[in-house]
Amino acid sequence: MTDRAIATPPTAPTPLEPPALSPANQAVLTQLTRKDFVSDQEVRWCPGCGDYSILAQTQKVMPDFGYPKENIVFISGIGCSGRLPYYMNTYGFHSIHGRAPTLATGLKAARPDLMVWVITGDGDALSIGGNHVLHSMRRNVDIKLVMFNNRIYGLTKGQASPTSELGKRTKSTPDGTIDHPIMPLSVALAAEATFVARSVDTHTEHLQQTLERAGRHRGSAFTEVLQNCNIFNDGAWRSFTDREVRDDRMLVLEHGRPMLFGKDRDRGIRLRGLHPEVVQLGVDGVAEDDILVHDEHAEDPYLAFMLSRMFFPDFPVPVGVIRDVERPTHDELLSAQLAAAVEQRGEGDLEKLLNGGETWTVEPDDRP
Amino acid sequence: MAERHLPTQELERVTIRFAGDSGDGMQLTGTQFTRTAAVFGNDISTLPDFPAEIRAPAGSLPGVSGFQLSFSSTDIHTPGDQPDVLVAMNPAALKANIGDLPAGGALIVNEDAFTPTNLHKVGYAENPLHDGTLSQYTVFPIPISSLNARSLDGLEMSNKQIDLTKNFFALGLMFWLYERSMDPTLRWIEDRFKARPVIAEANARALKAGYAFGETTEMFHTHYRVAPAHLPPGRYRNITGNEATALGFVAASRKSGRPIFYGSYPITPASDILHLLSGYKHFGVKTFQAEDEIAAIGSAIGASYGGALGMTGTSGPGIALKSEAIGLAVMVELPLVVIDVQRAGPSTGMPTKNEQADLLQVLFGRNSDSPVAVVAPATPGDCFDMAFEAVRIALTYMTPVIYLSDAFLATGAEPWLIPSVASLPEIGVENRTERAGFHPYDRDPKTLARPWAVPGTPGLEHRIGGLEKADVTGNVSYDPDNHHRMQLLRQAKIAGIANDIPELTVFGPQRGDLLILGWGSTYGSIRSAAERLQATGQSVAHAHLRHLNPFPRNLGTILSNYRRVLIPEINLGQLALLVRGRYLVDAISYDRVRGKPFRITEIVEAAEAALEGKTVS
Ligand SMILES: Cc1ncc(C[n+]2csc(CCOP(=O)(O)OP(=O)(O)O)c2C)c(N)n1
Ligand code: SF4
Repeated sequence: MTDRAIATPPTAPTPLEPPALSPANQAVLTQLTRKDFVSDQEVRWCPGCGDYSILAQTQKVMPDFGYPKENIVFISGIGCSGRLPYYMNTYGFHSIHGRAPTLATGLKAARPDLMVWVITGDGDALSIGGNHVLHSMRRNVDIKLVMFNNRIYGLTKGQASPTSELGKRTKSTPDGTIDHPIMPLSVALAAEATFVARSVDTHTEHLQQTLERAGRHRGSAFTEVLQNCNIFNDGAWRSFTDREVRDDRMLVLEHGRPMLFGKDRDRGIRLRGLHPEVVQLGVDGVAEDDILVHDEHAEDPYLAFMLSRMFFPDFPVPVGVIRDVERPTHDELLSAQLAAAVEQRGEGDLEKLLNGGETWTVEPDDRP
Repeated sequence: MAERHLPTQELERVTIRFAGDSGDGMQLTGTQFTRTAAVFGNDISTLPDFPAEIRAPAGSLPGVSGFQLSFSSTDIHTPGDQPDVLVAMNPAALKANIGDLPAGGALIVNEDAFTPTNLHKVGYAENPLHDGTLSQYTVFPIPISSLNARSLDGLEMSNKQIDLTKNFFALGLMFWLYERSMDPTLRWIEDRFKARPVIAEANARALKAGYAFGETTEMFHTHYRVAPAHLPPGRYRNITGNEATALGFVAASRKSGRPIFYGSYPITPASDILHLLSGYKHFGVKTFQAEDEIAAIGSAIGASYGGALGMTGTSGPGIALKSEAIGLAVMVELPLVVIDVQRAGPSTGMPTKNEQADLLQVLFGRNSDSPVAVVAPATPGDCFDMAFEAVRIALTYMTPVIYLSDAFLATGAEPWLIPSVASLPEIGVENRTERAGFHPYDRDPKTLARPWAVPGTPGLEHRIGGLEKADVTGNVSYDPDNHHRMQLLRQAKIAGIANDIPELTVFGPQRGDLLILGWGSTYGSIRSAAERLQATGQSVAHAHLRHLNPFPRNLGTILSNYRRVLIPEINLGQLALLVRGRYLVDAISYDRVRGKPFRITEIVEAAEAALEGKTVS
């Protein structure tokens, strides 16, 4: 295991190619800025909501992909997060609770030329839409799914969500929830997602980089954004995301670099048997060589899965790209099957199809 | 072998029912006889009837599988009320079907299967072949299993494999009895078992042995001939409703220049549409086996949003799951075809049995007023036309359209006059590309359809979704008057389709004593009943609805032209409820929900009662 993690990573996957553009369009594109992605709709989240930051970072990274804005589509489910498409000056579809990945799957199958983002919440993605998240990921549908995780149902005013911690008291769980929470990144990995990442609404720089990485990934990209709902679950992540503590309580992952953290980068993650362990450099003879090296591109998901389960307070919370591997996408495979069918059987001939099977002819007769 | 020269009797129509254990290959036997009769030029109509269990215990009553077919020298509309001949491969098949055989009917049984164990399994205390209980029928007990086994002597096969070919023996015998050529079936066997020559040889031998048995035995004193039917000239093929449905969609895709995206989750009896469309990739058809019905319709809506022809197919339980998404499609006003191949019963019901009881579900089974167009084919061949029509309406009006087929249409077959591609109309649909004056919820003044502006079109970036739309701009709106107006507009758009569909035609007198009004797969039984009643001089007409929302413009006028209106349905009065509510006509409901199509005689009796003003029950 340790060996694998330290082994040289395979070459990085090819980034998503933007569509071929005429020079004139290319010129227009390079001029696109954040502003071009701001729609004329008034943003209506509660003042102070983490969603504002996610929206701003999303708008900021959009010009970087080289896609004309008409080729970008945002599809959402229902929840506070679901409003985001209205605020993007691209094509947008605010669908129904939990089902955004299904619309995205059909759209992407029909239109491989589009860049499709799915915006969802922890309830939307993991409760009602759990099944669809699972299947869109295992099919490697080329969608960039961004899940806003505020550990609560915002839009319906504060009920427990599938990520709420055990014992959480909410309107629907006055005596504390008795449902064990789900680890979103573990779910994504179990569903065979080819890209899995995590970031935080308030860490704007990091969020921007992470969204950009997700956007460039070809295939199913699952990004969890820890988001603050200051109305119904204020400070849900503060214990490890606050400026004063985050260096010690979060682990910023970088490909090919040892998993070190702490203000002085003097603590790290070591593997002991099958378990991760937090160690201090220089203590008990621990050297940098003992620290696990992050490999996003590892084909097997074991270490990625381990990272997905590390959480505060037992561990620093990993953020960044946990996994980024290559696999053919659903729309590529589908298009290839269609092309192969045409190759083998020729372009379909309707007249022939209608006249297929056993046919016979009835001659005109002069019986009454 | 000396040929026996037996007298041949000309018949106009024959109805055969093959019945056996579900492992006995009765569906195959029935299908082969159907093909042969169709290719010969008979009009045909079929009714497969099989258990939902893949393999119920062998020889048990729930395991009985049947296939009824009617072939005729005249135009027929149904697979026949009652069989003239029942072929029963075991005691269970006899027990389950004998009630339908009229006195004097012919009964061919596999005598070998009437063992004490098999008899005991289905509760026969005595062997019915010997106790006189079958005396009202003409019984032909034939040791099919052993005769068949003997004819396969010398082939390297297990006893079990040998036994599996006995259906071909029975088929061969029926081919001899009705003077039908074995050639189409022999060709089929050769083709089907190319890779397994021993099996091919065994099936061919079994078929020929059955035929030869008919010829040599003294058992049969006559054989029968049913002359080719007098059908409109042209090229025909034998087609089931599900096949015709798939072809109709492919044709509509070609004629509209829109590639099909079909998202579906397997469910009986709709799965075959998914199977068939999956084989049409060279027509640009993309199919997607979704994780559930909700994903299936979601993906179809996504594909339509992208400019493709989004379609999804299922049966009643699946429609229940799709309702929320159908509502979304109503709100975003995108073209979408939703296929409901209805089956019997609420919940899982009787998956392989027939019913037409989802009409109210598809019309009203959603939150709020949520109008969609609804069409229903009348016969297996009509599935082609109505599938095409569903696409035309969806694309022209930017609306979800529900296509209501059913189990009887889906699996039943009839000869189909193949249309020429040139005779099919073009379906013209444009995407909006013009930026000037673009609003996502502008409406075409004639159709009230909104523009279809697909992602990838520069300058038309806009947002849609399930929240109420402001008229014209499509922005989210909670304005009370706007909501009222939008509800009316959505309703008016669907109602307006009435100006664009054929008026309802009436078979029989244009005014008179009784109108029988039907929809869907009951067409054949109702039409035959009307023919019989008219033949006896009664003033009875038949009209059949293929558009159920909106209704044809002239329906109200037609209803007012008859003293009484009878509505037979395989549900508990759903169309009758609509007609009564909409037209204030005191329609008489006639309902039978037994998982089976109507018998012609049932409708004749109901009509006679209605004519006399008696209550129909
Ligand atoms: C079928 C259906 N069930 C329930 C709802 C009500 N509903 C809307 S949003 C939501 C939960 C949203 O929670 P989450 O996904 O965490 O999003 P947030 O609002 O926190 O962004 C629920 C239950 C609905 N709109 N549709
Ligand atoms: S309820 Fe919470 S998540 Fe929703 S907008 Fe307000 S702060 Fe944001």
